[in-house]
Amino acid sequence: MQQSKTIATMVGLFVTAGLIALFFLAMQVSNLSSFQGNESYIIKARFENVGGLKVRSPVSVAGVRIGRVKVITFDKEAYEAIVDMSIESRYDTLPTDTTASIFTSGLLGEQYVGLEPGGDEEFLGEGDFLELTQSALVLEEMIGRFLFKKAEGSGDN
Amino acid sequence: MFENLQYVGRTTLRVFENLGHGSIFLFRTLAGLWEPIKRPSLLIQQLYSVGVLSFLLILVSGLFVGMVLGLQGYYILSDFGAEQTLGVMVAASLVRELGPVVSALLFAGRAGSSLTAEIGLMKATEQLSGMEMMAVDPIGRIIAPRFLAGFLSMPLLTAIFSMIGVLGGYFVGVGLLGIDEGAFWSQMQTTLDFWDDIVNGVIKSLVFGFVVTWIAVFQGYDAVPTAEGVSRATTRSVVYSAFAILGLDFVLTALMFGDV
Repeated sequence: MQQSKTIATMVGLFVTAGLIALFFLAMQVSNLSSFQGNESYIIKARFENVGGLKVRSPVSVAGVRIGRVKVITFDKEAYEAIVDMSIESRYDTLPTDTTASIFTSGLLGEQYVGLEPGGDEEFLGEGDFLELTQSALVLEEMIGRFLFKKAEGSGDN
Repeated sequence: MFENLQYVGRTTLRVFENLGHGSIFLFRTLAGLWEPIKRPSLLIQQLYSVGVLSFLLILVSGLFVGMVLGLQGYYILSDFGAEQTLGVMVAASLVRELGPVVSALLFAGRAGSSLTAEIGLMKATEQLSGMEMMAVDPIGRIIAPRFLAGFLSMPLLTAIFSMIGVLGGYFVGVGLLGIDEGAFWSQMQTTLDFWDDIVNGVIKSLVFGFVVTWIAVFQGYDAVPTAEGVSRATTRSVVYSAFAILGLDFVLTALMFGDV
C-alpha cells in the first residue's frame, strides 16, 4: 500500500511538472499573455505599397504598441492595399486626421505601422478609414532611384 | 532469379500482413481502453514506469540540447550582429522541432523498448495466455494501460523538454555570454505564436506518443515467444519508432508550417 501511494505521489508530481511546463511555454515563451481579454476596435487604411508588412505586425503610436495588423487585402478597383488594424479599446482617442506610415524597426527588422496623431477634435471609431497614409519604403526602389540620380548627376559634368 | 522474385513477393506480403495485424491490434487496444479508465490504479502504475522514470533523462537531455543551441546560435548570430535574436532561435527550434522529435526519440529508447521487452517477456513466459485462461482480457489489462500512459506522458515530457531547453539556452545566452535579458525574452514572445508554435508542438508530441507507444506495445505483443524473438522485437520497436517519428515529423511540419 505504501508503495502504491509513493508511486501515485510521483505520478502526481510528474503531471504537475508537465502542466507547469506547458503553462510556462504558453505564457513566457509565446505571445499568449499579451492577448488576454483585450477588447479592440478596427480602423482601416489604404496604402499604395505595404512592403513587407504582415498580418499580426505591430501598430504603434510614439513607439508604444497599441494594436496589431488584422487583415491585409487588395482593392482591385483602386489597385491599393487595405490594411485592417485592430486597436485596443482603451486607446480610443486617435484623431480622425491621424497619419499612418509603414516603418521598419532597425535596418533589417520587421515592418510595423506607425500612427502619427493629428489635431482634429473628432476621434476614430470602428471601421473608420485613415485618410493620410505613407507607403513602405522599398529598399530596392530607393537604391534604384539613388543610382539613377547619381548617373544623371555624372552625365551633367 | 525465381527465388529472388519469390523473396520479394514474400517480404512485401509480410509487410502488409504485419501492418494489418498492427491495425487490428490498435483497434482492439482502443476498444480495451475502458479497462484502465475504469481502474485508474492500472494507469497510474504505468504512468510511473513510462513517464516518471523517463523524466530525468528528458530533463538532462533537454538542458544540454538547449545549452548547445544557445552556444552554437550565439556564434552564428554574432557574425551578423544579431545576438539579440538568440531567444527566438532557441525557443522556435525547440518548440517546433527539437522538443517533440528528440523527446520522442528518447522516449522510444527509454520507455518504448522497455514496454516491448516487458510485454514480449510476458508472452514468452505465457503470462498473457495464462490471463486468457482466467478469462482476463490481456489487451484491456496489460496493453491498454500502457498504451494510454505512453500517449498521455509524451506531451508532458515534450513540454518539460522544451521548457528546460529554453532555460538552458537562457542560462548560456544571458548568464554566460551576456546577451540582454529583456531582448532575449521579448523577441521570443513577439515572434512565437501560441497557436502556431506551442499548440502545433503539442499536437506533434501527441501524434508521436500515439505512434511510438502503438509500435512498442504491438512489437511486444507480436514477438516470437523466445529470448531471441523478444530481443529482435525490442530492436524493431526502437528502429521502427525512429523511422516513424522522423517521417511523420516531415509530414506534420509540411502540414503545419508549409503554407505560412
